[in-house]
Amino acid sequence: MLRRLLNFFSSLWLTVVLLALALVLVFIGTLAQVKLGLYVAQEEYFRSFFVWWQPAGTNFKLPVFPAGWLLGTLLLVNLLVAHIKRFKLSWKKSGILLIHSGLIFLLVGQFLTEVYQVESVMRISEGGSKNFSEDSRKNELAIIDVTEAASNKVISIPESFLRQGEEIRHPELPFAIRVKTYFENSTPTGKMDDTPGKISSTHGIGKRLQFAPMKITATMDDDNKPTALVEIVGGNETTGEWIVSTWLNRYPWFESLNAQMGSLLEGELEKPQSFTYAGRNYEIALRAIRYYKPYTVTLLEATHDKYQGTEIPKNFSSQVRIDNPKKGEQREVLIYMNNPLRYEGETYFQFQMNAEPGMKSSAFQVVRNPAAITPYVSCTLVGVGMIVQFLMHLVAFGRRRNKATPTRVVSEPNPVDVGGAR
Amino acid sequence: MKRALPWILLFVFALVALSGLRPAKPIEGFNVAEFGRLPALLNGRVQPLDSVGRNALLSMSGKSAVRTEDKQTLSSSEWLLEAMTRPEAADTRKIFRVQHPDLEGMFGTQKIGLEHHSFNDLTNHLGTIEEQARNIRRAEFEKKSDPQTRTPFQKDLMHLYNSVVRYHQIKNTLGPEGSRDFAREVDVFQQTIEPAVTALRQMNVGEEYDQSDIKLLAAFHKRYTNVSMYAYAMIVPPQTSEPRDGWKNIGASLMETILTHEVHPAVTNITAIYSAYAQNEPEQFNQALANYKVWLQSNNLLSEMKKGRQEFLFNRVEFFYKSIIIYVAALLLAGVYWINRSEALRKSGYLLLILAFVIQTIGLAFRMYLEDRPPVTNLYSSAIFVGWGSVFLGIILERIFRDGIGTFAAANVGFITLIIAHHLSLSGDTMEMLRAVLDTNFWLATHVVVITIGYSAMFLAGLLAIVYIFRGFFTKALAAETGKSLSRMVYGIICFAALFSFVGTILGGIWADQSWGRFWGWDPKENGALLIVIWCAIILHARWGKLVNDRQLMALAVFGNVITSFSWFGVNMLGIGLHSYGFMDAAFFWLSLFISSQMLIIAVALLPAKMWKSFGNGGQTSQPSAPPDKPTEASAV
Repeated sequence: MLRRLLNFFSSLWLTVVLLALALVLVFIGTLAQVKLGLYVAQEEYFRSFFVWWQPAGTNFKLPVFPAGWLLGTLLLVNLLVAHIKRFKLSWKKSGILLIHSGLIFLLVGQFLTEVYQVESVMRISEGGSKNFSEDSRKNELAIIDVTEAASNKVISIPESFLRQGEEIRHPELPFAIRVKTYFENSTPTGKMDDTPGKISSTHGIGKRLQFAPMKITATMDDDNKPTALVEIVGGNETTGEWIVSTWLNRYPWFESLNAQMGSLLEGELEKPQSFTYAGRNYEIALRAIRYYKPYTVTLLEATHDKYQGTEIPKNFSSQVRIDNPKKGEQREVLIYMNNPLRYEGETYFQFQMNAEPGMKSSAFQVVRNPAAITPYVSCTLVGVGMIVQFLMHLVAFGRRRNKATPTRVVSEPNPVDVGGAR
Repeated sequence: MKRALPWILLFVFALVALSGLRPAKPIEGFNVAEFGRLPALLNGRVQPLDSVGRNALLSMSGKSAVRTEDKQTLSSSEWLLEAMTRPEAADTRKIFRVQHPDLEGMFGTQKIGLEHHSFNDLTNHLGTIEEQARNIRRAEFEKKSDPQTRTPFQKDLMHLYNSVVRYHQIKNTLGPEGSRDFAREVDVFQQTIEPAVTALRQMNVGEEYDQSDIKLLAAFHKRYTNVSMYAYAMIVPPQTSEPRDGWKNIGASLMETILTHEVHPAVTNITAIYSAYAQNEPEQFNQALANYKVWLQSNNLLSEMKKGRQEFLFNRVEFFYKSIIIYVAALLLAGVYWINRSEALRKSGYLLLILAFVIQTIGLAFRMYLEDRPPVTNLYSSAIFVGWGSVFLGIILERIFRDGIGTFAAANVGFITLIIAHHLSLSGDTMEMLRAVLDTNFWLATHVVVITIGYSAMFLAGLLAIVYIFRGFFTKALAAETGKSLSRMVYGIICFAALFSFVGTILGGIWADQSWGRFWGWDPKENGALLIVIWCAIILHARWGKLVNDRQLMALAVFGNVITSFSWFGVNMLGIGLHSYGFMDAAFFWLSLFISSQMLIIAVALLPAKMWKSFGNGGQTSQPSAPPDKPTEASAV
């Protein structure tokens, strides 16, 4: 039994079948991006074990095709079992060994990347400084104790805890947070607008601005903008209701909202929402998860050049200064396309730029990836392996050709080559 | 004679290829070529006026020259000069391509795409064209429709509309359209400025003033504002005190004159050129050109002039067009060789293949030099490079096997890829500037080149497989030995393709990691490259494991064509992700046709051996073939 299993997992048939399935998966996964958008298609087709299908009008899902993780794992098992079973150290096999170890490196490295890579964005206006970057997708409900002027205490609650009817308690908080409503995606509406399901609140911005639910989006150039109505409850008493929303702080949604409504709301949009509980002052916000750094980055100058007489971007570059008091380091760096800054285990890439005068800002994609080196190793191993392998083929081929007679046959006899089946 | 034939053919075709090096003769006494060499700035790059005209003409009419009513040919430079200075003549040239029958119907004509229209033909319909175009644009602006899903009619209409707009822009490039004597006009303009400014000052302080000068200047102002809005290329170079890329169009330069009271010296020269050609004065024209060149030289614009001369030469020789002709000749010779087996023909084909390859190589190198870039910078140049790579491999195969197959396959890919490139060039300047993220010679030279060589190898393997299938299925000519050698060729080339595709794909990932921080993002173009790698892996493992016989291997190799063409063009048609260059629906049609044809060939290949003419009569059975250097043992590891 074990032997048969071993034979199965080491067979070349399995390799070819798995590769064929991978081919189909990549193809349909690419086509699916047209409808689902890059991100959702990735999650459904590549970052899962099965591609699920939900028949229309039903609640259950069926696995209809093996997805990325399953195929990757099976290919890895196939490769490892085959190598262990037939392992022989010889020159003849050295190329193949190199190629396959490179592939293992690549697969494992990509798995580690999926698990450990953290991507965030740091957006700085010209002249401004920051010591944190913000997650591009994940949000948190932040309760900030601002009583002490010297440093704030932040209690951060992941967005996934915000479910309707949920009551959130935290040992550091003297009160509970009751989630009365939660929209995964939302839009601000006016008082006159009678969109169904819209919410307002007794305190904070929600007194003047309402929010309505929206369909969840999946496209590349749009995010979900969650909004929640929360109640602060201490003991049996309520302190009041607040509306928290990424509309109130995330780029570019806040900017567009502020441009439309800012003057109408008399600057209230820009103020934090705050309350007092048991003699302590708090602020509350639904915002992007923040990653703090032990240093600050200052944007000195943002430059956006175009080719003369065209709209084709020629260059984006940002002159920044890093201040790291812990290391006593202060230096200037120029970050531009294809030339990122690598600092303290993170890489800063020139990502977006707003070149409008007066609003100049630059955004950096900040990536922490402990497995970043694996593709380089893998590429080298596979490349060298293939060259070794094919050179050996070529030498063998050349030898045989030299033995063959050099004459050319002009008319050829009917070939007879009766060989039995295997 | 038989011995000499290959060399005679080589000589004749080499002469054809070199014909573009002849110095250009003046046309009716006008030194038009010298005009075509003058530098201008368009699409963010300095280029000769010849390229300005050529690219505009290609995108409007699909051709790089114009046939006149009396069967004469106008070169791109000559047509441009005429359009800019003699609008009455230019308006009769048939340069507007209309393809959709409904559009012809709208004009009440019935030419249906075969003939072109002149501007005069269209004058009565300009209102309709503009209105229709405006409707399409408005619907798209209001998000009622999407530019990517325009119907063929809408596309053709927008193409015509854009062509008419561009034609109007071109007419206003050297000066205002239809100015009989622009040089004199600018003189009058300059003489008006002083008195008009004085009159304005007098008016402001309430003194008596002459109104006519102010009115005249206002008229000039309006006229040149129009020119500055419409002018196509920027033809006024920067003076020594200005930044190097500070080119202006002639309207903008004249507007500055109102403030400085000085006419830019280049403008003085350009107006003289305009007037001389408009008034049919060859001597004055040549003299004005010579004066302008002296001015350019003395103003430190030598490198711009050099760029103009060199790119003009590149346009004139038409390397890739010459290569197409010679590839076709090589293709025919190799085809005939299979029928009559004359070694002279095989050798002729082989020599011509090398000649075409050399010409294509020179063209490619020239382009690289002009652009100061690695060979592949856009889809157009990728087509040229894919062909180049395949032909290179084909030459090696022909040298080894000497059976005409390498020549036939290579000439085929060379020819088809250059035709594809020609069609891609119709969308505009092929040496356009690269947007910031692509502006890196290192990654263009490594990732892009390596992956494109991978495409070349896949196509060559696919084509050899087609040769195998056609000869084996339809003729008795595929002997066992030839079959084996073809199988070895295909196998070897797929190994090569696997190496380049894999390394190229990983290099692409590393580039992405270097420039935006993620190695792999499942972007369509990345997935396309991955498909090729997986497909190579499938073929190689299937062969190593002896899971397929020779005929099935060939079918797999033909499917490689499908995968590669999808990766190369298909993913661009999806219109998503960072790599997509826009939707091309004519290309979509051809891609579908290509894929269908390949599927048909695969179906033929999978028919049982007894139906194959070469194997049918109890000949070769479907025994799986061992790879040349692999003994019987299955070697997965």
